[in-house]
Order: sequence, then C-alpha cells, then structure tokens
Amino acid sequence: MAVLLLAEVTGGELAMDATAKAVTAAQALGDVTVLAAGASAAAAGDAAAKIAGVSKVLVAEDASLGHRLAEPTAALIASLAGDYEHIVAPATTDAKNILPRVAALLDVMIISDATAVVDGATFERPIYAGNAIQTMKSSDAKKVITFRTANFDAAGEGGSASVETISAADNPGLSEWVENKVAKSDRPELTSAGIVVSGGRGVGSEEDFALIETLADKLGAAVGASRAAVDSGYAANDLQVGQTGKVVAPELYVAVGISGAIQHLAGMKDSKVIVAINKDEEAPIFQVADFGLVADLFDAVPELTQKL
Amino acid sequence: MKALVPVKRVIDYNVKVRVKADGSGVDLANVKMSMNPFDEIAVEEAIRLKEAGKVDEIVAVSIGVKQAQETLRTALAMGADRAILVVATDDVHADIEPLAVAKILKAIVDEEQPGLVLCGKQAIDNDMNATGQMLSALLGWSQATFASEVDVEGNSAKITREVDGGLQTISVKMPAIVTVDLRLNEPRYASLPNIMKAKKKPLDEKSAADYGVDVSPRLEVVKTEEPAQRAAGITVGSVDELIEKLKEAGAV
Ligand SMILES: Cc1cc2nc3c(=O)[nH]c(=O)nc-3n(C[C@H](O)[C@H](O)[C@H](O)COP(=O)(O)OP(=O)(O)OC[C@H]3O[C@@H](n4cnc5c(N)ncnc54)[C@H](O)[C@@H]3O)c2cc1C
Repeated sequence: MAVLLLAEVTGGELAMDATAKAVTAAQALGDVTVLAAGASAAAAGDAAAKIAGVSKVLVAEDASLGHRLAEPTAALIASLAGDYEHIVAPATTDAKNILPRVAALLDVMIISDATAVVDGATFERPIYAGNAIQTMKSSDAKKVITFRTANFDAAGEGGSASVETISAADNPGLSEWVENKVAKSDRPELTSAGIVVSGGRGVGSEEDFALIETLADKLGAAVGASRAAVDSGYAANDLQVGQTGKVVAPELYVAVGISGAIQHLAGMKDSKVIVAINKDEEAPIFQVADFGLVADLFDAVPELTQKL
Repeated sequence: MKALVPVKRVIDYNVKVRVKADGSGVDLANVKMSMNPFDEIAVEEAIRLKEAGKVDEIVAVSIGVKQAQETLRTALAMGADRAILVVATDDVHADIEPLAVAKILKAIVDEEQPGLVLCGKQAIDNDMNATGQMLSALLGWSQATFASEVDVEGNSAKITREVDGGLQTISVKMPAIVTVDLRLNEPRYASLPNIMKAKKKPLDEKSAADYGVDVSPRLEVVKTEEPAQRAAGITVGSVDELIEKLKEAGAV
C-alpha cells in the first residue's frame, strides 16, 4: 500500500514542520512517497528526502506550479494517483484548496482535518467546531485526506529517500497568480511554536496590540488573535486562531482579552497549558483555562511582561 | 451574468452542540437552524455584485431536507431572485456529502449556465471545506477559495484569498467558482417588507433523483463522541501567583 504526500512548499522552500507532521500520520498507512511541486522544488525535495520514514521523493518543477494554484497542482496529483491508495497532505490552506479538487477528479470523498488514523480506511475528525469527534470509515477505493498538524508529532530527520524528477501535468490555464501580501515576522510560526500569546477584542486597538507582542517576545512566543481582533484590524488575518483560522496546540497558550467563543476554542483547546487573562470572571475562556487571572489586561500584561 | 449561490441549512452558530447518546451524531431535533454563516456572506456578495450591475440574476440553491426551504426564503428575503430546493433526504440528521452536493450543483450549473458560483468556504456543521473545490473540479472551471475580496472585471475576476502566510491575489477566468471567507463582507439583515416579498418569489422543488445523482455516503459514520474534556483549572489571585504556577507546571 502506497501513500502520496503533498509536501508543503512555499517559495521553493519546504515547510518542514507541517510536512514532517503529515509524514508521521501517513506512515501509519503505508510506504510514503513525498511530492514536492513548485516553480522551484528541488531543494524542498532534497529536504523532504531527509525526513525519517519517507521512502521516495518526486520533484515536479514547472512555472505553473509556482504559486500552488489549485488547477495545475490538482491535475498533477490526479495524474499520479494510479499508483497510490492514499493521497494526503498537512491541512494547510494550500492543501485545503487543492486536495478536495483532487478527490472530485478521482470521484472520491475528501476526509478533511483528520486528527487520528484508526486503520487504512477509518479516521477521526472534529466536526461542529470541535464540539464532536466523528470516526468515519471510507468505502472509496482511494482515500484523499488532509491531516491536522497540531495532532501529530513531527517525524525526525535521518532519512535518505531516493529523489526522482517528474514533469508537470498540462496547465489548464484557468488562473494566474497576481501578488502575495505576506507579513514578515521574526517571531516563531504560529502552528509550530511552543508558546502562543493571543489577543482579542479586549485589547482595544492596533497600537495596544503591542502589549501582546511584547509579552510574546519576552516568552519567545508566536502571536495569535481572535477573529474579533483580526476583523477590527488589530492583527493580521494569518494570526487568527479558531474554527476558521489556524489550529494550534502549543505547550502554553495565553489568551488575553478573549471571551472564549466556541469558534475560538476550536483552535486552541488542545493546548497543554492554557492561561486566560480577562476582566470578566464569567467569560467562557475560564472554563478551559488551567490558570485564570481575573484582571484588567492593561495592568496585568505589562506586569507579567516585566516580571517574567 | 447569472450568479448561483448554494446555501446550507445548519445548526445556528450560537447553539450549544450536543452529541446523541447513541453516538450516531449530533442532536438536531428541536434545535435552532440557520443559514450557514459563510453562505450568508456568499449571498451578500452576489447581491452587492447585482447592485454594482455586474450580476443580473441571483439563483439560490439548497440541497438537503425539505425544511431547507426556510433557508432559501432567507436568501430570497436578503435579495436572491429565485430559488431551487433539491430534496435529497427526509432525515434531518443525514448530511449530504460535499461530493454528492457538488454533483447535483454541476447538473444545475449545466442547466442554468451561471457565470459565477459563490459558495461559503465551509459549512460549520461538518467543517469539510470542500464543496466549491469539488464543483470546480467537476466543471473544469477556475477556482478561487477563501476570498476576502472579489473584483469581477469582464471575462476575469481578481480575487484576494486568505492563506496561511497572509493574503494571495489571483486572477481567474470566468466562469469561476469562488468560495468566500469571513472578512469578505458583513451580510445584511432581511427587512420585514423583503421577508414578505420573498414569500412570492419563485421556489422550484426538485429531488436528487431528478438530477440522476446517487447521494449515498462514501464515508460511514462509525461513531460520534464528545471531545475529551479538560480538567478544571484554578483562578489565581495575582500576576505573581500566575508566574509561580506557570513555573511549577514547567510552562515557562
Ligand atoms: C462562522 C464563524 C466562524 C468563526 N471563526 C472564528 C475563529 O476562527 N476564531 C475566532 O476567534 N472567532 C471566530 N468566530 C467569532 C467568534 O464567534 C467570536 O465572535 C470571537 O471569537 C470573539 O472574539 P473576542 O473573544 O476577541 O471578542 P469578545 O467576545 O468581544 O471578547 C472580548 C473579551 O475581552 C474582555 N475584555 C475587554 N476589555 C478587557 C480588559 N481591559 N482587560 C481584560 N479583559 C478585557 C471582555 O471581558 C471579553 O471577554 C467565528 C464566528 C462565526 C460565526
């Protein structure tokens, strides 16, 4: 039984953490072949070959694959599908864009955001913003799956897979990349950070969001945000944690001025230790917090930053 | 140009979800149901495109139980022109999978020939995030997911997408499938006069069999469980105590 795993490649570079976590999930299913696709993907392919548990790497380089547009990337994966029983990827926005398209091209269902592998056909996944966990058994001949990275440990290094170059599928030419607006940050990446400090509407303004950033920097943490903080313009969209944002499970999650709506909890309640700082003692965030501090964040956060 | 907007009837996002004791799913009997919030955003965007003169007719489609009729009336009250209800099950607990929904939508697109399909990026019940992508594959159309800005200009559309790294703008050829994200717009409320008017707007009722689509699920639900509960935490009295506790827990 063979598994084809779409590596997360951004601007020619392998996103090691997301890819290595998906490798761990995929190893339970069979022999793992990694596909590194991009305008340049050779370096990403070489990096993927070193992940323990990868038996083969396919590198597809073509301008049409440069920005992970769904149509050419899905066409390439579908053209390779004959050799594999499972087609998988880490549940990133790229994979969520591409893999459902692959599944439909193969006339099979997609299994999104799987959190556990029960057997080769059976998977657990959260539904209703994580308020229920469903175990689903697929009757499809091929299984197309995205794995929620927060639920799997990254596979280690030490592999030495063979690398083979393949060509891209025909580009249907339906869409074109125009531009990226990527926030540059020296902070750890949200989904792989050991500590996350998130701010909500309670922070009140973009300027005061610096309080969250300063605390994060003191802790060497990534910065996150609630939807309300993003919608209000305090934080960038890629920092949103929740049902429709990123799912994180760090060692420590600090929620500041966040009420704890179920849609937010869906993205962080598997964190190991949760701290909540909120002036409303009734806020639902306290129900999931290990340590709750009922306080005005404008007093508590500077004090915490200073004393740590 | 005609715009097609699929809308799903789901549990209201404010309702506390309960897993059924027999593990077969989530209890939906006597629970408040609403239009999937992402689909409301899609309906709103279609209306704004119509107001801007870029769309001339909006057709809302819902696939599921007969009660999804109410969801379609909401879309009509917001400003859709007509609606198509495809009854695919009579069990309120049955979820029609995205692949089957996409197949029915493809048949409707073949009949209606819209220039644009606007879908919600995911339904807040099954959280699959798949129907738009699947429909796009079946039609061989361009696809732009997770849109936070939609700019239709003649034969193409410029779409800004919310992606893991930030924002990505792409240009897609029309006809296109666009799936919408939360920050695209704020949906309007239907006014009382518009709710009354919506009752008279055309609503066609069809069945999945009319489109020759087999809706039997590919994924069998083995069981549904409550997520693991977190152990109760403690309230700390000061920042000093918080730091002490975090040190004890080895978290800092
Ligand atoms: C379809 C859908 C999807 C969604 N997806 C997401 C998602 O992915 N992520 C997400 O986060 N939300 C999501 N939401 C939104 C969610 O329902 C909530 O509206 C949102 O999480 C609220 O953000 P908040 O906690 O920052 O704001 P609020 O709920 O307004 O809470 C602000 C909190 O700050 C506290 N506060 C105010 N001032 C202070 C102070 N000076 N000191 C201390 N505390 C203070 C208040 O007591 C309050 O508890 C979604 C909603 C829908 C409908």
